[in-house]
Amino acid sequence: MTRPAVARGSRASADRLARLLNLVPYLLARPGIEIAEAAGDLGVTERQLREDLELLWVCGLPGYGPGDLIDMAFDGDRVTITYDAGIDRPLRLTPDEALALVVALRMLAETPGVANREAVERALAKIEDAAGDLAGAPVEVRLPGDSARVRELRAAVERGRALRITYYTAARDETTERVIDPLRMLMVGGRAYVEAWCRRAEAVRLFRADRVDAVVELDDPAVVPPQARPQDLTDGVFRPSPDLPLITLRIGRGERWITEYYPCERVVADGEQWLVSLRVTDLGWARRFVVGLGPEVTVVAPAELAEQVRAQAVAALEAYATPPTPADPAVAARTQ
Amino acid sequence: MSRTRTERLVNLVICLLSTRRFLTAAQIAATVPGYEHDPDDAKDHEAFQRKFERDKAELRELGVPLETGTASVFDAEPGYRIAPREYALPDIPLEPDEAAAVGIAARLWQHAGLAAAASSGLAKLRAAGVDVDPQATLGLEPMVTVDPAFAPLTAAARDRREVTFDYRVPDRDAPTRRRLQPWGVVCWRGRWYVVGHDLDRAATRCFRLSRVVGAVRPSGAPDSYRPPADVDLISHVARWSGPVERTGRATVLVAPGRAAGLRRWAVRADTGPDGDRLVLPYADADYLAGQIVGYGPEVRVLDPPEVREAVIQRLKEIATRHDDLAVAGGAR
Repeated sequence: MTRPAVARGSRASADRLARLLNLVPYLLARPGIEIAEAAGDLGVTERQLREDLELLWVCGLPGYGPGDLIDMAFDGDRVTITYDAGIDRPLRLTPDEALALVVALRMLAETPGVANREAVERALAKIEDAAGDLAGAPVEVRLPGDSARVRELRAAVERGRALRITYYTAARDETTERVIDPLRMLMVGGRAYVEAWCRRAEAVRLFRADRVDAVVELDDPAVVPPQARPQDLTDGVFRPSPDLPLITLRIGRGERWITEYYPCERVVADGEQWLVSLRVTDLGWARRFVVGLGPEVTVVAPAELAEQVRAQAVAALEAYATPPTPADPAVAARTQ
Repeated sequence: MSRTRTERLVNLVICLLSTRRFLTAAQIAATVPGYEHDPDDAKDHEAFQRKFERDKAELRELGVPLETGTASVFDAEPGYRIAPREYALPDIPLEPDEAAAVGIAARLWQHAGLAAAASSGLAKLRAAGVDVDPQATLGLEPMVTVDPAFAPLTAAARDRREVTFDYRVPDRDAPTRRRLQPWGVVCWRGRWYVVGHDLDRAATRCFRLSRVVGAVRPSGAPDSYRPPADVDLISHVARWSGPVERTGRATVLVAPGRAAGLRRWAVRADTGPDGDRLVLPYADADYLAGQIVGYGPEVRVLDPPEVREAVIQRLKEIATRHDDLAVAGGAR
């Protein structure tokens, strides 16, 4: 099979041709630019850029005499195009380029709490205009509505101070106070997060904006320790690590939706029912999660979780078996 | 690719941009370096034709608008040229803050193909003289991810081409084949959907892109349908998940310091001798019961009976389902 090799070669060649056609107008717009600066801007090495220039230097208009070829003047490490042979403008955007830019700008414009939304919208209008028919990209974006909390957090993060937040941790069902040094704010899967150094956990953590119940800006500046790095979120916010407890559930048809919402390690169909295995950060969370799912869920493993679920349900039923407190006004009113 | 091939293609673009007349393949061969051959030698000529076809395909792939036509009524052979107006990116007078926004937008893509398209698009804007501040941020940036079905479905919607794909809904056992005239793709609350006319159901349908299994195959000719005028794609998706009105009120008794999750959305909390009484707004008794049962004996519903009964019913089912299991598992 030679096909993949041909496709790869042709991809690289198409990239170089695109770069060369772009290079002349790029330099034309920046007379006397330093070669190192241009290379950095274009994302190539200085050596590659010099090779590109050498190649362009022997290209030109039919006739290919000295007056027809692309010409450039070098002054030390600086370059100026002195004759462009007619490729003075970049090539128009391809449908994919227009789509990629327009969709990302729409996403940005729709992001609640984004700074300078107005500039994003102006840019979007201009790109759509330049792309012409291509920008009729049949893509619409709507992210969850603007929330006061997200705007408050963004403004606080921008001012560069440490923050004291009241934060609800669903995994442990507790609300705690902690001091964080924010790194950035981002939006993943339609949810806003603050990524920050958590002084309590002494690690970089993601905090969901809708679980921040209160924010106090502190006087001291946000200081992020040098070892703190933004997390790689390419695969989503929750990447279960193999040392977390694995639970296995037997679920009915009506609960299959959980396989779309939680990263499942294994899903095995057992007739009508599915056996689903997933990693959880906390067994206490798993207990609330499993019990809240609905009637058609049974814990298969670990036995410890199954027993906790059973014991908890029995204890709760016992509590209901004792009559409600007569002191409660709502109940008192109802029983009269 | 070899340096000579790139050189030939750059010269071909310059040559075709500079000509107003359509140039035939023979004229191009006689002009542009790299196409030299003996037209009378059948084998040599055939090699030239193959080379020229490949070069044309490469230029079209890149988006170069290659025009075909004849130079005059006397010419039978087709010729080629590039209209500079069609070739060139129109002027985009971006202000610095607008250019910064485009620069940020271009790096949001987490999808390799679209990330490459965004950065080559940005490179063209730079070539047009736009300076992009690489340090700029907008305070809060979305990570733009898409499902694999995104690219083929947007392309099909743009070209108005029918598509066929297999679609898996979790509560069905097997994927079903669907035929769709896609109108557009929508991102709603962080998930992607395609909206269009379902040819088998003869009705408007939305499909979640993450549920598309395998390849999306174009199955019709381009421009074979028209989406309804002024179609509001978002509203078709949003219809299924509108905001919920929580008009019901439930009163629960919570052990001191427990059930932090419930406390966060209580509209009222009173501390009493036996714990805290929370008033919880709700729309659906069964949904609320699901939220409450997980807390076990820490939370007891006092009122109304519909929520109380729903919780007790669920607790009974859970206890029954796990009864045998705990014994069989020999946990104690």
